[in-house]
Amino acid sequence: MLEIKGLKVKLEEEDKQILKGVDLTVEAGKVHAIMGPNGSGKSTLSYVLSGRDGYEVTGGSATLLGEDLLDMETEERAAAGLFLAFQYPVEIPGVGNMTFLRTAVNAQRKARGEDEMSAAEFLKVIRAKAKTLKIDADMLKRPVNVGFSGGEKKRNEILQMAMLEPKMCILDETDSGLDVDAMKLVSEGVNALRDEGRGFLVITHYQRLLDHIKPDVVHIMADGRIVKSGGPELALEVENNGYADILAEVA
Amino acid sequence: MALDDRKMTATEERLSSMTLPDVGCTAKAREAALVRVRSMGLPGRRDEYWRWTRPDTLVQPEAPEAALFQGDEVPFFSGRDRLKIVFVDGVFDPARSDDLNLEGIQVDRLEDICCTDDHWAEDLYGELEAAGHDPVDRPLAALNTAFAGDGVAIRVMQTPSKPISLVYFHESTDSDVFLHHVVRVETGAEVTILENGPAAARFNKCMEIDIADGGTLHHVRAQGRDHERRAVTHMFARMGEESVFKSFTLTANGVLTRNEVMVELTGDNAVVHIAGACMGDGDFHHDDTVFITHDGVNCESRQVFKKVLCNGATGVFQGKILVKPDAQKTDGYQISQSLLLDGDSQFYAKPELEIYADDVACSHGSTSGAIDEEALFYLRARGVPHGKATDLLTLAFLAEALDEIDDETIAEEIYERLEAWLSRRRHG
Ligand SMILES: Nc1ncnc2c1ncn2[C@@H]1O[C@H](COP(=O)(O)OP(=O)(O)O)[C@@H](O)[C@H]1O
Ligand SMILES: [Mg+2]
Repeated sequence: MLEIKGLKVKLEEEDKQILKGVDLTVEAGKVHAIMGPNGSGKSTLSYVLSGRDGYEVTGGSATLLGEDLLDMETEERAAAGLFLAFQYPVEIPGVGNMTFLRTAVNAQRKARGEDEMSAAEFLKVIRAKAKTLKIDADMLKRPVNVGFSGGEKKRNEILQMAMLEPKMCILDETDSGLDVDAMKLVSEGVNALRDEGRGFLVITHYQRLLDHIKPDVVHIMADGRIVKSGGPELALEVENNGYADILAEVA
Repeated sequence: MALDDRKMTATEERLSSMTLPDVGCTAKAREAALVRVRSMGLPGRRDEYWRWTRPDTLVQPEAPEAALFQGDEVPFFSGRDRLKIVFVDGVFDPARSDDLNLEGIQVDRLEDICCTDDHWAEDLYGELEAAGHDPVDRPLAALNTAFAGDGVAIRVMQTPSKPISLVYFHESTDSDVFLHHVVRVETGAEVTILENGPAAARFNKCMEIDIADGGTLHHVRAQGRDHERRAVTHMFARMGEESVFKSFTLTANGVLTRNEVMVELTGDNAVVHIAGACMGDGDFHHDDTVFITHDGVNCESRQVFKKVLCNGATGVFQGKILVKPDAQKTDGYQISQSLLLDGDSQFYAKPELEIYADDVACSHGSTSGAIDEEALFYLRARGVPHGKATDLLTLAFLAEALDEIDDETIAEEIYERLEAWLSRRRHG
């Protein structure tokens, strides 16, 4: 599904290397988790895969279903099936949440040569999905993320994911700022999307999210590299002992 | 103060080719207005009030030619149930207008206002304009009072069943037009006045508005987008107790537009909102100049101006809230913002507050910025293409001004038109 090989990335504006050769393959139907200390480059990886400005790829490659991701515009990557649930979802005053989602859904369909979703159909689908995420009609009408609490923003990300039905989902610290109930809602939302044909890359600091969204593979990222990979037990190890032991071991 | 020579010469040069029209019973008002023009002098480049807008082409004797816009779009407000009053290059066109009889209102052409039973229109003609030069001169409005060739007097006794729609066609490339309307909204009546169309090569329009206690006026205007047209407009409003005045103007292109609005809140508990959305794509200049005087207790005023500028367009906003000593509990708000879509465009803003009462809440702000890159990335990451995402953010930027339109169907029409313009701009 997602294949990253030797990916090296530096900041465009400064001479600072952030990713120093990332190798990672997420297979269809699998959930991979990335853990790692703050500043190790996890968000950068997700941004570079999405095509955000400000980074320069200095080596390596990234493909989605065999297609070169790094060569596409951000919106083309989305239409190709890539989705990033943002660590910090952006507020967009003046754009209604519903308008935003409908525009996005139809833009992706159009890009893939599919028929657009009618207003009525869209409404039906979004209402049902919003309900399971406990997103009320008012939140759908309000401007995108404006005045949303931290938890509401994250639930809104999952709603977008559910509506867009991407092939490869990257979740960047979707659990941060969530209370226990919200964490459950979000995890259920994610689990509902787990599917043979879909891959997940879940970036998190905490084991507790992985209690709900059970990963197949756990990676530890440090200083711009994946330094260790393993099964779900690796996350437990981090939870119990922190990163120090692992980092000392690979050093 | 004596006028400087240059100003005097320019003023006399303009006046030399003009004669006071003999229209209705406005002769006295016109003579008085001409005296005002002569004593103030027409605006010059060095006037502080014209610091960012060059008045030369509005003042010079000949109107610069303006090609007719070869657009294929349906005029604004078409298909809406309304009372249409049509002017072609500044001349009332009865054939294209509707029958002016509508229950609750009385509409007369300026030339007929002597025939009305009382003299409200005759009294109002030039009255608010004459009072509107303190503390800043507005000589082009006085020039209008003196030389307006046509216009209507609209008296609203009771709430009519549909909006009154003033439609201005521009069919001659060198038309130089003065239109002057007077409007009186009587106690408890509510009316919507729509205005649209490019009007003339050079258009000078003045509207005097008298809203009695408890009267409500909604005003929505869409200024025509003929690229080469010029317009200077003045609205003078006097508002009674518990009256409401909500005005929204959409300005698109047009080589030069200066819209001045002066509002005097004389009664208590009155509400005035003046809003504008402007889109300039090219060598266009849009100036909104607003002056709101609070002279009643517990009045609310809002000024909301949003300008989207690119490809060399210039936006100007001069807005002032003056709170007189007895205008306690004033709630005044003013925001002017520009969205600069490229590096070639400019926005000049002069927000001012002058407050002489102590128990007031007034705020103002002005910003100028580019498209929010974070928001743009977020939209694109969801699959919305760059151009469409930019349009969405542009419309979002304008939304606060469009929100000032109370009638949702009108707001929607304007939103859709803006959306279509943006999309056409992208697709050529
Ligand atoms: N746009 C940027 N400008 C400056 N520094 C950046 C930028 N993006 C990332 N960095 C730096 O790169 C490193 C990795 O950051 P990030 O990817 O956010 O880490 P993580 O998500 O693992 O906490 C940090 O040192 C961070 O400060
Ligand atoms: Mg991060």
